[in-house]
Amino acid sequence: MKGLRRSMLFVPGNHPGMIQNADIYGSDSIIFDLEDAVSLQEKDSARLLVKHALRKIDFGETERVVRINPLDTGCGTQDLKMMVAAGPDALMIPKATARRLIEADLMVGEIEAALGGNRQPLAFIPIIESAVAVEEINELLKASSRIVAALLGGEDLTADLGIQRTKAGDELLYARSRVAMACCACGVDAIDTPYADTMDDEGLAKDTAKGKTVGFTGKAAIHPLQIEVIHRVYAPSEAEIHEARQIIRAMKQAEREGKGAVAVDGRMVDAPIILRAEKLLQQAKAMGVHDMTDNVNGGA
Amino acid sequence: MEIRKPAQAGTMESGDVYVTVEPSTAEEPEITLESLVLEQYGHQILQTIRETLEICRVTGVKMTVRDRGALEYAIRSRVETALLRAGEEE
Repeated sequence: MKGLRRSMLFVPGNHPGMIQNADIYGSDSIIFDLEDAVSLQEKDSARLLVKHALRKIDFGETERVVRINPLDTGCGTQDLKMMVAAGPDALMIPKATARRLIEADLMVGEIEAALGGNRQPLAFIPIIESAVAVEEINELLKASSRIVAALLGGEDLTADLGIQRTKAGDELLYARSRVAMACCACGVDAIDTPYADTMDDEGLAKDTAKGKTVGFTGKAAIHPLQIEVIHRVYAPSEAEIHEARQIIRAMKQAEREGKGAVAVDGRMVDAPIILRAEKLLQQAKAMGVHDMTDNVNGGA
Repeated sequence: MEIRKPAQAGTMESGDVYVTVEPSTAEEPEITLESLVLEQYGHQILQTIRETLEICRVTGVKMTVRDRGALEYAIRSRVETALLRAGEEE
Protein backbone atom coordinates (compact mmCIF):
# COMPACT_ATOMS: atom_id res chain seq x y z
CA MET A 1 0.00 0.00 0.00
CA LYS A 2 1.31 3.50 -0.84
CA GLY A 3 2.40 5.86 1.91
CA LEU A 4 -0.21 7.66 3.97
CA ARG A 5 -1.03 11.26 3.14
CA ARG A 6 -3.65 11.99 5.80
CA SER A 7 -2.00 15.21 6.92
CA MET A 8 0.25 17.69 5.17
CA LEU A 9 1.80 20.35 7.45
CA PHE A 10 2.70 23.74 5.99
CA VAL A 11 6.04 25.06 7.30
CA PRO A 12 7.38 28.55 6.44
CA GLY A 13 10.32 28.09 4.12
CA ASN A 14 12.40 30.92 5.60
CA HIS A 15 12.36 29.78 9.23
CA PRO A 16 15.21 27.38 10.14
CA GLY A 17 13.84 26.63 13.61
CA MET A 18 10.56 25.36 12.13
CA ILE A 19 12.11 23.58 9.17
CA GLN A 20 14.54 21.42 11.11
CA ASN A 21 11.92 20.34 13.67
CA ALA A 22 9.04 19.86 11.24
CA ASP A 23 9.08 16.07 11.26
CA ILE A 24 8.63 15.68 15.03
CA TYR A 25 4.95 16.60 14.87
CA GLY A 26 4.03 13.38 13.10
CA SER A 27 2.41 14.67 9.92
CA ASP A 28 2.57 12.34 6.94
CA SER A 29 3.92 15.15 4.76
CA ILE A 30 5.74 18.44 5.29
CA ILE A 31 5.13 21.29 2.85
CA PHE A 32 8.07 23.73 2.84
CA ASP A 33 6.35 26.90 1.77
CA LEU A 34 8.16 29.31 -0.54
CA GLU A 35 4.93 31.11 -1.53
CA ASP A 36 2.51 32.72 0.90
CA ALA A 37 4.67 32.28 4.02
CA VAL A 38 7.62 34.19 2.56
CA SER A 39 7.81 37.92 1.79
CA LEU A 40 8.86 39.06 -1.66
CA GLN A 41 12.16 40.38 -0.30
CA GLU A 42 13.08 36.99 1.18
CA LYS A 43 12.11 34.63 -1.66
CA ASP A 44 15.78 34.12 -2.62
CA SER A 45 16.74 33.42 0.99
CA ALA A 46 13.96 30.90 1.55
CA ARG A 47 14.74 29.10 -1.68
CA LEU A 48 18.35 28.51 -0.64
CA LEU A 49 17.39 27.58 2.93
CA VAL A 50 14.97 24.89 1.75
CA LYS A 51 17.49 23.63 -0.81
CA HIS A 52 20.16 23.17 1.84
CA ALA A 53 17.69 21.70 4.33
CA LEU A 54 16.56 19.06 1.81
CA ARG A 55 20.15 18.09 1.14
CA LYS A 56 21.28 17.91 4.75
CA ILE A 57 18.39 17.01 7.04
CA ASP A 58 16.98 13.52 7.35
CA PHE A 59 13.20 13.82 7.71
CA GLY A 60 12.76 10.06 8.05
CA GLU A 61 9.63 8.62 6.46
CA THR A 62 7.89 11.99 6.23
CA GLU A 63 7.11 13.05 2.67
CA ARG A 64 8.97 16.26 1.73
CA VAL A 65 6.99 18.64 -0.46
CA VAL A 66 7.94 22.15 -1.59
CA ARG A 67 5.25 24.69 -2.45
CA ILE A 68 6.89 26.84 -5.08
CA ASN A 69 5.71 30.23 -6.27
CA PRO A 70 3.29 30.46 -9.22
CA LEU A 71 4.98 29.47 -12.44
CA ASP A 72 3.97 32.65 -14.21
CA THR A 73 6.35 34.55 -11.89
CA GLY A 74 10.14 34.74 -12.06
CA CYS A 75 10.30 33.35 -8.53
CA GLY A 76 8.28 30.29 -9.52
CA THR A 77 10.63 29.34 -12.33
CA GLN A 78 13.70 29.87 -10.13
CA ASP A 79 12.10 27.78 -7.37
CA LEU A 80 11.36 24.94 -9.77
CA LYS A 81 14.88 24.86 -11.20
CA MET A 82 16.56 24.84 -7.78
CA MET A 83 14.17 22.37 -6.19
CA VAL A 84 14.46 19.73 -8.92
CA ALA A 85 18.16 19.51 -8.11
CA ALA A 86 17.53 19.62 -4.34
CA GLY A 87 15.40 16.49 -4.59
CA PRO A 88 12.19 16.79 -2.56
CA ASP A 89 9.57 14.07 -3.00
CA ALA A 90 7.07 16.42 -4.64
CA LEU A 91 6.47 19.97 -5.82
CA MET A 92 3.24 21.63 -4.81
CA ILE A 93 2.21 23.86 -7.70
CA PRO A 94 -0.07 26.81 -6.88
CA LYS A 95 -2.62 28.39 -9.23
CA ALA A 96 -2.52 25.14 -11.18
CA THR A 97 -4.07 24.81 -14.60
CA ALA A 98 -3.73 22.04 -17.14
CA ARG A 99 -1.52 24.23 -19.35
CA ARG A 100 0.83 25.19 -16.48
CA LEU A 101 1.20 21.56 -15.42
CA ILE A 102 2.12 20.49 -18.94
CA GLU A 103 4.75 23.27 -19.04
CA ALA A 104 6.06 22.31 -15.59
CA ASP A 105 6.28 18.66 -16.59
CA LEU A 106 8.39 19.57 -19.63
CA MET A 107 10.65 21.87 -17.62
CA VAL A 108 11.22 19.33 -14.86
CA GLY A 109 11.82 16.55 -17.38
CA GLU A 110 14.55 18.56 -19.10
CA ILE A 111 16.27 19.36 -15.81
CA GLU A 112 16.07 15.76 -14.59
CA ALA A 113 17.53 14.55 -17.89
CA ALA A 114 20.38 17.05 -17.64
CA LEU A 115 21.10 16.04 -14.03
CA GLY A 116 21.12 12.36 -14.96
CA GLY A 117 21.63 9.59 -12.45
CA ASN A 118 19.05 7.26 -10.93
CA ARG A 119 16.67 9.88 -9.68
CA GLN A 120 13.17 9.18 -8.49
CA PRO A 121 10.99 11.32 -10.80
CA LEU A 122 9.71 14.38 -9.00
CA ALA A 123 5.99 14.16 -8.20
CA PHE A 124 3.50 17.02 -8.55
CA ILE A 125 0.70 18.11 -6.22
CA PRO A 126 -1.31 20.85 -7.94
CA ILE A 127 -3.36 23.27 -5.88
CA ILE A 128 -6.91 23.65 -7.16
CA GLU A 129 -7.67 27.24 -6.20
CA SER A 130 -9.51 28.87 -9.07
CA ALA A 131 -12.87 28.40 -10.74
CA VAL A 132 -11.05 27.42 -13.93
CA ALA A 133 -9.08 24.71 -12.14
CA VAL A 134 -12.20 23.28 -10.52
CA GLU A 135 -14.07 23.17 -13.81
CA GLU A 136 -11.20 21.63 -15.78
CA ILE A 137 -10.11 19.29 -12.95
CA ASN A 138 -10.32 16.09 -15.01
CA GLU A 139 -8.15 17.52 -17.78
CA LEU A 140 -5.82 19.05 -15.17
CA LEU A 141 -5.21 15.78 -13.32
CA LYS A 142 -4.33 14.06 -16.59
CA ALA A 143 -1.93 16.83 -17.66
CA SER A 144 1.05 15.08 -16.09
CA SER A 145 1.81 11.54 -15.01
CA ARG A 146 3.75 13.04 -12.08
CA ILE A 147 0.57 14.06 -10.26
CA VAL A 148 0.09 12.02 -7.07
CA ALA A 149 -2.44 14.22 -5.28
CA ALA A 150 -4.34 17.51 -5.54
CA LEU A 151 -4.91 20.07 -2.80
CA LEU A 152 -8.07 22.16 -2.70
CA GLY A 153 -7.17 25.80 -1.95
CA GLY A 154 -10.35 27.13 -0.34
CA GLU A 155 -9.17 30.66 0.44
CA ASP A 156 -8.00 31.53 -3.06
CA LEU A 157 -10.96 29.76 -4.66
CA THR A 158 -13.52 31.75 -2.66
CA ALA A 159 -11.58 34.93 -3.41
CA ASP A 160 -11.73 34.05 -7.11
CA LEU A 161 -15.47 33.55 -6.81
CA GLY A 162 -15.88 36.77 -4.84
CA ILE A 163 -17.63 34.99 -1.97
CA GLN A 164 -17.02 34.69 1.75
CA ARG A 165 -14.98 31.83 3.19
CA THR A 166 -16.82 30.54 6.27
CA LYS A 167 -16.17 28.05 9.06
CA ALA A 168 -19.21 26.03 8.04
CA GLY A 169 -17.72 25.65 4.54
CA ASP A 170 -21.02 25.31 2.67
CA GLU A 171 -19.59 27.53 -0.06
CA LEU A 172 -17.06 24.80 -0.85
CA LEU A 173 -19.51 21.90 -1.16
CA TYR A 174 -19.52 21.78 -4.98
CA ALA A 175 -15.75 22.27 -5.28
CA ARG A 176 -15.03 19.65 -2.61
CA SER A 177 -17.29 17.08 -4.24
CA ARG A 178 -15.92 17.75 -7.71
CA VAL A 179 -12.26 17.62 -6.67
CA ALA A 180 -12.67 14.50 -4.54
CA MET A 181 -14.58 12.69 -7.29
CA ALA A 182 -12.04 13.60 -9.98
CA CYS A 183 -9.09 12.59 -7.79
CA CYS A 184 -10.67 9.21 -7.11
CA ALA A 185 -11.33 8.72 -10.83
CA CYS A 186 -7.69 9.50 -11.59
CA GLY A 187 -6.33 7.39 -8.74
CA VAL A 188 -4.66 10.25 -6.86
CA ASP A 189 -5.07 11.53 -3.31
CA ALA A 190 -7.53 14.35 -2.62
CA ILE A 191 -6.25 16.73 0.06
CA ASP A 192 -8.74 19.08 1.66
CA THR A 193 -8.16 22.78 2.24
CA PRO A 194 -6.68 23.86 5.61
CA TYR A 195 -8.89 25.03 8.48
CA ALA A 196 -7.82 28.55 9.34
CA ASP A 197 -8.77 28.74 13.02
CA THR A 198 -5.90 27.06 14.86
CA MET A 199 -7.63 27.44 18.25
CA ASP A 200 -10.84 25.64 17.28
CA ASP A 201 -10.32 21.87 17.49
CA GLU A 202 -14.04 21.13 17.37
CA GLY A 203 -14.48 23.17 14.21
CA LEU A 204 -11.42 21.51 12.70
CA ALA A 205 -12.80 18.04 13.43
CA LYS A 206 -16.15 18.92 11.83
CA ASP A 207 -14.50 20.48 8.79
CA THR A 208 -12.18 17.49 8.37
CA ALA A 209 -15.12 15.09 8.65
CA LYS A 210 -16.99 17.06 5.97
CA GLY A 211 -14.11 16.57 3.58
CA LYS A 212 -13.79 12.89 4.43
CA THR A 213 -17.51 12.38 3.85
CA VAL A 214 -17.28 13.51 0.22
CA GLY A 215 -14.14 11.51 -0.49
CA PHE A 216 -11.07 13.50 0.56
CA THR A 217 -8.23 11.26 1.70
CA GLY A 218 -6.36 13.83 3.77
CA LYS A 219 -6.17 17.44 4.87
CA ALA A 220 -3.59 20.22 4.94
CA ALA A 221 -2.62 21.64 8.34
CA ILE A 222 -1.28 25.09 9.15
CA HIS A 223 -0.32 24.33 12.76
CA PRO A 224 1.22 21.21 14.35
CA LEU A 225 -1.64 20.99 16.86
CA GLN A 226 -4.06 20.27 14.00
CA ILE A 227 -2.33 17.03 13.03
CA GLU A 228 -3.69 14.85 15.81
CA VAL A 229 -7.26 15.98 15.15
CA ILE A 230 -6.93 15.29 11.44
CA HIS A 231 -5.47 11.82 12.04
CA ARG A 232 -8.23 11.01 14.50
CA VAL A 233 -10.91 11.88 11.94
CA TYR A 234 -9.24 9.87 9.19
CA ALA A 235 -8.62 6.84 11.40
CA PRO A 236 -11.28 4.13 11.12
CA SER A 237 -13.31 3.82 14.31
CA GLU A 238 -13.30 0.63 16.38
CA ALA A 239 -16.84 -0.04 15.22
CA GLU A 240 -15.83 0.33 11.57
CA ILE A 241 -12.85 -1.98 12.05
CA HIS A 242 -15.01 -4.54 13.84
CA GLU A 243 -17.58 -4.49 11.03
CA ALA A 244 -14.86 -4.76 8.38
CA ARG A 245 -13.36 -7.79 10.16
CA GLN A 246 -16.79 -9.41 10.28
CA ILE A 247 -17.25 -8.86 6.56
CA ILE A 248 -13.85 -10.31 5.64
CA ARG A 249 -14.39 -13.24 8.01
CA ALA A 250 -17.78 -13.96 6.45
CA MET A 251 -16.28 -13.71 2.96
CA LYS A 252 -13.54 -16.23 3.78
CA GLN A 253 -16.06 -18.53 5.41
CA ALA A 254 -18.24 -18.40 2.30
CA GLU A 255 -15.19 -19.18 0.13
CA ARG A 256 -14.31 -22.21 2.26
CA GLU A 257 -17.88 -23.49 2.04
CA GLY A 258 -18.07 -22.84 -1.70
CA LYS A 259 -20.92 -20.37 -1.26
CA GLY A 260 -21.34 -17.44 -3.62
CA ALA A 261 -23.36 -15.18 -1.34
CA VAL A 262 -21.96 -13.53 1.79
CA ALA A 263 -24.15 -12.49 4.70
CA VAL A 264 -23.26 -10.50 7.81
CA ASP A 265 -25.83 -10.06 10.57
CA GLY A 266 -28.53 -11.07 8.15
CA ARG A 267 -27.49 -8.53 5.51
CA MET A 268 -26.25 -9.57 2.09
CA VAL A 269 -22.79 -8.21 1.44
CA ASP A 270 -21.66 -7.80 -2.15
CA ALA A 271 -18.35 -7.02 -3.88
CA PRO A 272 -18.13 -3.23 -3.34
CA ILE A 273 -18.77 -3.64 0.39
CA ILE A 274 -16.11 -6.35 0.65
CA LEU A 275 -13.68 -4.11 -1.25
CA ARG A 276 -14.42 -1.20 1.09
CA ALA A 277 -13.83 -3.47 4.11
CA GLU A 278 -10.49 -4.64 2.72
CA LYS A 279 -9.37 -1.05 2.05
CA LEU A 280 -10.44 0.03 5.51
CA LEU A 281 -8.45 -2.73 7.19
CA GLN A 282 -5.39 -1.90 5.06
CA GLN A 283 -5.67 1.77 6.02
CA ALA A 284 -6.12 0.87 9.67
CA LYS A 285 -3.03 -1.30 9.55
CA ALA A 286 -1.01 1.44 7.86
CA MET A 287 -2.14 3.87 10.56
CA GLY A 288 -1.12 1.39 13.23
CA VAL A 289 -4.61 0.97 14.68
CA HIS A 290 -5.22 -2.61 13.59
CA ASP A 291 -3.37 -5.83 13.01
CA MET A 292 -4.81 -7.43 9.88
CA THR A 293 -3.90 -10.92 11.08
CA ASP A 294 -5.95 -10.53 14.23
CA ASN A 295 -8.77 -13.11 14.10
CA VAL A 296 -9.68 -12.39 10.48
CA ASN A 297 -8.66 -15.83 9.20
CA GLY A 298 -10.16 -17.71 12.09
CA GLY A 299 -13.75 -18.67 12.75
CA ALA A 300 -16.43 -16.40 14.15
CA MET B 1 31.93 36.31 -7.57
CA GLU B 2 32.63 39.98 -6.97
CA ILE B 3 31.19 41.64 -3.88
CA ARG B 4 29.77 44.88 -5.22
CA LYS B 5 27.77 46.27 -2.30
CA PRO B 6 26.83 45.61 1.33
CA ALA B 7 24.12 42.99 1.89
CA GLN B 8 22.49 40.98 4.67
CA ALA B 9 20.69 37.68 5.09
CA GLY B 10 19.09 35.71 7.90
CA THR B 11 17.58 36.85 11.18
CA MET B 12 18.39 36.98 14.88
CA GLU B 13 15.72 34.38 15.68
CA SER B 14 16.67 31.26 17.55
CA GLY B 15 18.08 28.63 15.20
CA ASP B 16 19.09 31.21 12.61
CA VAL B 17 22.16 33.26 11.79
CA TYR B 18 22.41 36.91 10.71
CA VAL B 19 25.07 37.57 8.08
CA THR B 20 26.26 40.94 6.85
CA VAL B 21 28.81 41.31 4.05
CA GLU B 22 30.55 44.25 2.41
CA PRO B 23 33.31 44.68 -0.14
CA SER B 24 36.89 44.62 1.10
CA THR B 25 40.25 45.32 -0.48
CA ALA B 26 41.99 42.74 1.70
CA GLU B 27 43.16 39.59 -0.09
CA GLU B 28 41.86 37.22 2.53
CA PRO B 29 38.18 37.23 3.67
CA GLU B 30 37.73 39.06 6.96
CA ILE B 31 35.28 37.14 9.12
CA THR B 32 33.92 38.26 12.51
CA LEU B 33 31.95 35.54 14.26
CA GLU B 34 29.71 36.06 17.29
CA SER B 35 28.18 32.97 18.87
CA LEU B 36 27.14 31.73 22.30
CA VAL B 37 28.84 28.46 21.42
CA LEU B 38 31.98 30.04 20.02
CA GLU B 39 34.25 28.00 22.21
CA GLN B 40 32.60 24.65 21.41
CA TYR B 41 31.66 25.10 17.76
CA GLY B 42 33.44 28.24 16.55
CA HIS B 43 35.97 26.25 14.55
CA GLN B 44 33.27 24.25 12.72
CA ILE B 45 31.18 27.34 12.02
CA LEU B 46 34.20 29.14 10.55
CA GLN B 47 35.00 26.10 8.44
CA THR B 48 31.47 26.08 7.06
CA ILE B 49 31.71 29.79 6.25
CA ARG B 50 35.08 29.39 4.52
CA GLU B 51 33.85 26.41 2.50
CA THR B 52 30.88 28.43 1.31
CA LEU B 53 33.15 31.32 0.34
CA GLU B 54 35.31 28.90 -1.64
CA ILE B 55 32.35 27.33 -3.42
CA CYS B 56 31.05 30.79 -4.33
CA ARG B 57 34.61 31.79 -5.37
CA VAL B 58 34.55 34.93 -3.32
CA THR B 59 37.51 37.01 -2.30
CA GLY B 60 37.60 40.59 -1.13
CA VAL B 61 34.84 40.33 1.43
CA LYS B 62 34.33 41.55 4.98
CA MET B 63 31.75 39.52 6.81
CA THR B 64 30.05 39.56 10.21
CA VAL B 65 28.20 36.45 11.30
CA ARG B 66 25.94 36.52 14.37
CA ASP B 67 25.00 32.96 15.21
CA ARG B 68 21.82 32.16 17.14
CA GLY B 69 22.28 28.42 17.30
CA ALA B 70 22.01 27.73 13.59
CA LEU B 71 22.76 24.30 12.17
CA GLU B 72 25.29 23.89 9.38
CA TYR B 73 22.70 23.92 6.56
CA ALA B 74 21.30 27.26 7.78
CA ILE B 75 24.76 28.82 8.06
CA ARG B 76 25.65 27.74 4.53
CA SER B 77 22.35 28.97 3.20
CA ARG B 78 22.44 32.42 4.83
CA VAL B 79 26.09 33.02 3.89
CA GLU B 80 25.35 32.04 0.30
CA THR B 81 22.28 34.30 0.22
CA ALA B 82 24.19 37.30 1.59
CA LEU B 83 27.00 36.77 -0.93
CA LEU B 84 24.60 36.48 -3.87
CA ARG B 85 22.78 39.63 -2.78
CA ALA B 86 26.11 41.45 -2.42
CA GLY B 87 27.15 40.34 -5.88
CA GLU B 88 24.03 41.62 -7.62
CA GLU B 89 24.37 44.65 -9.81
CA GLU B 90 22.58 47.80 -8.61
